[in-house]
Amino acid sequence: MPEAFRLALAVAAKDLRLELRSKTSLLSAMVFAALVLVVFNFARDPTAIAAQDLAPSILWVTFAFSSMIGLNRAFIVERENAAFDGLLLAPVPRGALYLGKYLGNLAFAAVVEAVTLPLFVLFFNVDFGHALPGIVGVAALATAGFVAVGTLFSAMVVRTRFAELMLPVVLLPFMVPPLMAAAQLTSRLLAGRPLSEMIGWLRLLGLYDIAFITLCTMVFPAIVDE
Amino acid sequence: MNPELEHATAIMRRGRIMVALALLAISGVYLMALRYTPVEARQGLAQKIFYIHAPAAWCALLAFSMVGLAGGLYLWLKDPRLDRFAASSAEVGVAFSCVMLTTGPIWGKPIWGAWWTWDARLTLTLFLFFLFLGYLTLRASLHDRSERARFSAVVGLMGLVLVPFIHLSVYLFRTLHPRPILMKPSEPSLPPEMLHTLLTSFGVFTLLYLGFVTLRYGIALAADVREDLGDD
Repeated sequence: MPEAFRLALAVAAKDLRLELRSKTSLLSAMVFAALVLVVFNFARDPTAIAAQDLAPSILWVTFAFSSMIGLNRAFIVERENAAFDGLLLAPVPRGALYLGKYLGNLAFAAVVEAVTLPLFVLFFNVDFGHALPGIVGVAALATAGFVAVGTLFSAMVVRTRFAELMLPVVLLPFMVPPLMAAAQLTSRLLAGRPLSEMIGWLRLLGLYDIAFITLCTMVFPAIVDE
Repeated sequence: MNPELEHATAIMRRGRIMVALALLAISGVYLMALRYTPVEARQGLAQKIFYIHAPAAWCALLAFSMVGLAGGLYLWLKDPRLDRFAASSAEVGVAFSCVMLTTGPIWGKPIWGAWWTWDARLTLTLFLFFLFLGYLTLRASLHDRSERARFSAVVGLMGLVLVPFIHLSVYLFRTLHPRPILMKPSEPSLPPEMLHTLLTSFGVFTLLYLGFVTLRYGIALAADVREDLGDD
């Protein structure tokens, strides 16, 4: 297993190196996130609704969409010159290949979210205060879940003609439980509610992560092996 | 005629007969619902839609579970029949969901006072509907047969795993934001006439589901045979 993990890290490092050298996807995802936040600002009446009340939904809609637009990238870059065939020919177990792509996507989403969060605080003047570590933890749990499913689906949809359109259609129903849990947890954290009110949602997030990361790793070979 | 094509035609014929029988029986269910069952005391005639709505919902859920199970089995056995069955079941399931999602609000408006509520069961079925629309969209955009079968099997199986999560999240969401009592349908104990009609309707709709799936399966088989012939 450590060997498979080392290989997964190698695949992830390759993807990240590629991304850091071109920076196109990462930059566009960040600009996209900032734009969504700006648009949201005009979608509410600041005198009627407090930013604090709207914060969880704005934050999670922005996180969800801006991480989603980066998901196809991991497999689209492999499409050129049939690079993916080369990757499949390499002596890398399919599970490790999936985990590598997954970790790369996760790092990508984490960077986008890390940029979005301070922008959000800046634009909406929301004071996270002591809730910040909790929100970061919730973001990590929720993102780990839906990026797992998204990575698997992006490996499929890049084989279709309208990959950019297809991914949200197939993926969004799967993003519902983690997004719902994350938004609910964020609002409770901001309101300073006790842990007992959050434990159900936390359990849901944990179970979702375990179930889907395992399942995706298991079915990934069925997608890439002819 | 090509023997395989003949086989497909025979399946389609069987499907057509089953559908015809089921449709005939559905008119019987309508008659039973209108003449045999008593009018519900509080809901009045609006309750009659129940005999269509509940069986349609049952068929939609049955269809979607079959897609997930067939998907899981396909990944294991790689039998193209399972893929054809899953595809047929998904399409038929979407049709039954449409019936469920249209008859529901028609009943909900006079009884709950709202076309739609974010009740756990409604939300779950709506997401299932979206999930399988996505499933069919993905299928339609893939042309390689083995690739399409593998990809849709994965989505179908994942969908089956997703259902408890959606249910749990909607349930958690709802329990923390309780709905008014008015919008909470409680299980009524049925008089025998209603129960008979409902059970008949469930049986008839299941036959209709099987008929549609058989017919659709025959069409899928014929399309595959045709494609193979075209390659020669």
